[in-house]
Amino acid sequence: MAEQKTVTFIITRQAGPDSAPYKETFNIPYKKNMNVISGLMEIRQNPVTADGKKTSPVQWDMNCLEEVCGACSMVINGTARQSCAALVDQLEQPIRLEPMSTFPVVRDLIVDRERMFDALKQVKAWIPIDGTHDLGPGPRMPEKKRQWAYELSKCMSCGVCLEACPNVNDKSNFIGPAALSQARLFNAHPTGEMNASERLNGLMEDGGIDGCGNSQNCVQVCPKGIPLTTSIAAMNRATNIQAFKNFFGSDNAH
Amino acid sequence: MAEHREFLTRRLHSLLGVIPIGIFLVQHLVVNHFAVYGEENFNKAADFMHGLPFRLLLEFVVIYLPILFHAILGVYIVFVARSNTKNYGFFRNWMFVLQRVTGIITFVYIVWHVWETRIQIGSQGADYSLMEGILSSPFMFWFYIIGLIATVFHFANGLWSFFVTWGITQSPKSQKIATYATVVVFLALSYVGVRTLITFAYGV
Repeated sequence: MAEQKTVTFIITRQAGPDSAPYKETFNIPYKKNMNVISGLMEIRQNPVTADGKKTSPVQWDMNCLEEVCGACSMVINGTARQSCAALVDQLEQPIRLEPMSTFPVVRDLIVDRERMFDALKQVKAWIPIDGTHDLGPGPRMPEKKRQWAYELSKCMSCGVCLEACPNVNDKSNFIGPAALSQARLFNAHPTGEMNASERLNGLMEDGGIDGCGNSQNCVQVCPKGIPLTTSIAAMNRATNIQAFKNFFGSDNAH
Repeated sequence: MAEHREFLTRRLHSLLGVIPIGIFLVQHLVVNHFAVYGEENFNKAADFMHGLPFRLLLEFVVIYLPILFHAILGVYIVFVARSNTKNYGFFRNWMFVLQRVTGIITFVYIVWHVWETRIQIGSQGADYSLMEGILSSPFMFWFYIIGLIATVFHFANGLWSFFVTWGITQSPKSQKIATYATVVVFLALSYVGVRTLITFAYGV
């Protein structure tokens, strides 16, 4: 081995939430089967830019390293995805890393995904089961339905669908596809169903389901393969029916 | 119950695009196609439409007010989107962008079209010679061709998202079939309209 192969990263960095972004280039030694995160770890060990300037280590977010937690999402060569599942061998060089532009940057590649959790609150994406006394077991869920709902439950709030959505941006208040699909998940649950109208009314609040423009990028980019656009269409139908019930009146409007 | 004003205005926007605007568009293109069957036939049809009872009321309720609402909210919808086909070049994402581009073209075209063929000529109805005069200029002919194609595209693709917005097509399969169906609508209405324009412009 005469010469060691290197990998080039061009990283969009930012010192803090209010500072200006800038780019830095790093050349790091290539290792077999490396992913973007192991490249970032290499930079952390030796934070020197391509032109030999010593710099601060690049900050990023990560946790599970197996595409389950959603923490390490970033824009890699223009597309949002998890950096743990982005293999260097499959990427075009130089590898460009940027923070997801939909979210406020905390530092470098770390973003604040709090708006996703606010969205889950808007659509009440949980099942209230607490009472002052033992409420007993809830209704059973058919196994077939459980398997179907499991696909929807894979959402890890990674933010990739929001980043890819042309209608989620600083000019619009759209909460994004993830929460819309979560409302469907919890409305499908036999216990969650008891609060279905609350979630539907949440979807009809400002920034809710009407913000969808059907670009369908979300379903293409979702790393968990969640049928987001089917969820949105299903929730469109459900919110329309709920709106009619609300307006004309119905004993089933709850 | 919260007010849900944004939700209701967006649903109204989607509904108005098809009922009545879409239905009016189809009717308008089909009636104008009488031109292909000769000047006399067209003038007879135009006179019939112009002589409809409560014409002014119909025009306002079925055409002007819905289009005005759809257009104004539509321009707002265009401005709150941030198109990203460069990084996410999927088919539907391109349709998303084209829907917005054709919406703006359609808006400009309709303003001009209404001014030229309705407001400018006052209470007398449009006739064959008026359209012949307008479309004999090659510039106006192509302006009308682009405006027409953009309008028909906006309607056909809008029909596709109408089916999604109203929760009719949920499954990926039904949405795919709806795509094919709306392509047919686009091609058919484009033919009906373009054929009419050619007759006005070249008399064939």
